[in-house]
Amino acid sequence: MSARSNYSPRNRLLVVGGILGACFIVLVARAAHLQVISEEFYQQQGDARFLREIPIATSRGMITDRNGEPLAVSSPVESIWANPKELLQHPDRLPALASALNIPLDLLTRRVSERADKEFVYLKRHLNPDIAAGITELGIPGVYAQREFRRFYPHGEVMAHVLGFTNIDDIGQEGLELAFNDWLTGKEGSQRVIRDRRGRIVENVDLVEAAEPGKDLALSIDRRIQYLAYRELKAALVETGATSGSVVVLDVPTGEVLAMVNLPSYNPNSRVGADAESRRNRAVTDVVEPGSVMKTLTIAAALEAGKFTADSLVETAPGYIGLPGGYQVRDFRNYGTLTVTGILTKSSNVGAIKVSNELTAEHQYDMYTRFGLGQRSGSGFPGELAGVLPAPNRWGPTEKATISYGYGLSVTPLQLARAYAAVGNQGRLMEPTFVKGGAGEGTQVVDPAIAKQLMGMLETVIGPEGTARRAAVLGYRVAGKTGTSRKAAGGGYAAKRYAAVFVGLVPASQPRFAMAVVIHEPQGLEYGGGAVSAPVFHRVMDGALRLMDVPPDNIEQWFAAQAKAKAATPVAVAPAPPATVPAGGAP
Amino acid sequence: MSLRHFLLLVLSVAVIASAIGVVWSRHQHRQAYIALSTLENERDELNIEFGRLQLEQATWSEANRIEQVAGTRIGMKFPTDEDIVVLQP
Repeated sequence: MSARSNYSPRNRLLVVGGILGACFIVLVARAAHLQVISEEFYQQQGDARFLREIPIATSRGMITDRNGEPLAVSSPVESIWANPKELLQHPDRLPALASALNIPLDLLTRRVSERADKEFVYLKRHLNPDIAAGITELGIPGVYAQREFRRFYPHGEVMAHVLGFTNIDDIGQEGLELAFNDWLTGKEGSQRVIRDRRGRIVENVDLVEAAEPGKDLALSIDRRIQYLAYRELKAALVETGATSGSVVVLDVPTGEVLAMVNLPSYNPNSRVGADAESRRNRAVTDVVEPGSVMKTLTIAAALEAGKFTADSLVETAPGYIGLPGGYQVRDFRNYGTLTVTGILTKSSNVGAIKVSNELTAEHQYDMYTRFGLGQRSGSGFPGELAGVLPAPNRWGPTEKATISYGYGLSVTPLQLARAYAAVGNQGRLMEPTFVKGGAGEGTQVVDPAIAKQLMGMLETVIGPEGTARRAAVLGYRVAGKTGTSRKAAGGGYAAKRYAAVFVGLVPASQPRFAMAVVIHEPQGLEYGGGAVSAPVFHRVMDGALRLMDVPPDNIEQWFAAQAKAKAATPVAVAPAPPATVPAGGAP
Repeated sequence: MSLRHFLLLVLSVAVIASAIGVVWSRHQHRQAYIALSTLENERDELNIEFGRLQLEQATWSEANRIEQVAGTRIGMKFPTDEDIVVLQP
């Protein structure tokens, strides 16, 4: 009974209560430890398992022409990727996947098993979203789709050189895509999400950084003039059997590039099959000896020196002149006594040399430099060349003479168009730009009076006596200059390889367009700038003047042509200029 | 009930109310964020669709194609010099 007498419900209650209380205190202490003391650590661990920061994809800006027509557009595509660790647990699904992706089974197996310890491998990139949806709907474990953007160029090879292209990761590789890559590229954003064990997004928690889509870029290029130039250059190349060619059209008052075309071209929408030859933007990355088009600048120096006026007489008989070193420079034929204007009209080499003999080398060099030769034009186009213009202290008497008519230096077609645009722009040289409204102030390089005189002289080149009658545009006054240069090859000049050049301005009373045409190695009997390049100028400008609504400045010529057409029935033959080529005449 | 007790009660209620308020506003934030991201997705999809349509339009309106269609299918031609009349004011 003594044991029983010891029994006290109160004591037992105390013991039980004490044990339970101790448990409670331990639990509270543990909870406090978790919640208060190590809270940060556990919070981090939890977040690390479920919270993820994922990037927000953003698209590259669109490139449009000056009228807002899209030239380069990024469109979403899906890239199929796999997690090899997951995929390899289901080898039975591989054949179905291979056939859906349209790649051989062994190639797929190899690609996945090579990266068996990794968690990511691209299976196929840039698929049409519909096809990609079909693949993900197969429900193969470890196969996912990821949105990416691909660049499309609706105008293909017409615009290829100017725009350039991007690589598979949408980064600009060439052309303006490269030059304006930072502007066009968007900034990826990021957001915080909660994901479950399988990587599915349960909830969007927060926006960490908003995505900035790439900015659009409006070019100064006019799609219609560009196409016209492309079509006509291509026709000319086919007609003359020439190997390559470039056309540059500048807006004279602003220096904006309205069109820039090169041939051969390539299709920027397909990444294979284009060789480096056809990818070059020859209008800025290739140089040519300009030939007679340089005479204009030589005459500009002559007028500025005050030793000549437009009407000064220069004796060019007997049609050839000896240079020190035994070279002999010939004219096409003996022109006898010419005025300074006549030297340009007839393109007399002898005349140009005689004029340059009266000038100092420094003044000549200074004039060429002021017109932007021998230096990059400032267009910002990647890979643009400065051309070669030797310094005057390296000129011997031979160089001084040959440079005066365009040999012994080299220029890009863009430089030529720019220099002539300055003549047409009252002596103000502009920096060419590819961006709409991106024109600078320009610099005055010659007196406006001299520029005006030069324009008058250049108009005679298109006239009945001139070398470029085929450049005429009915209803408009045209100024321009032809050039034909033999191409340098292997230390000398090749016998039958020529570059046919024409640079023109229209309408001459108040020039709107400056256009340079350079065609390499025309094969026909007629290989000169007046026969090969001037017709391209005529056809492109005929269309461009109409497209841009430029009022004719020579309506009398128009009326005369119409009166003549009425008189000569049934079929009218236009006088000097060839009749307009009907649309649809392109191959 | 003394003033002390009353104050304690009021403060306790206030604490509980503000705690619920925090939870509620957090919930509202998430709801709003979800709505926002849904709308943003919608906007992006529409933008993308717009881009695709622009691309399609540009492809259809490609100069070479227009020229072909105009010349062959609907028989348009470029006016020759004789067809053009110049009016002088």
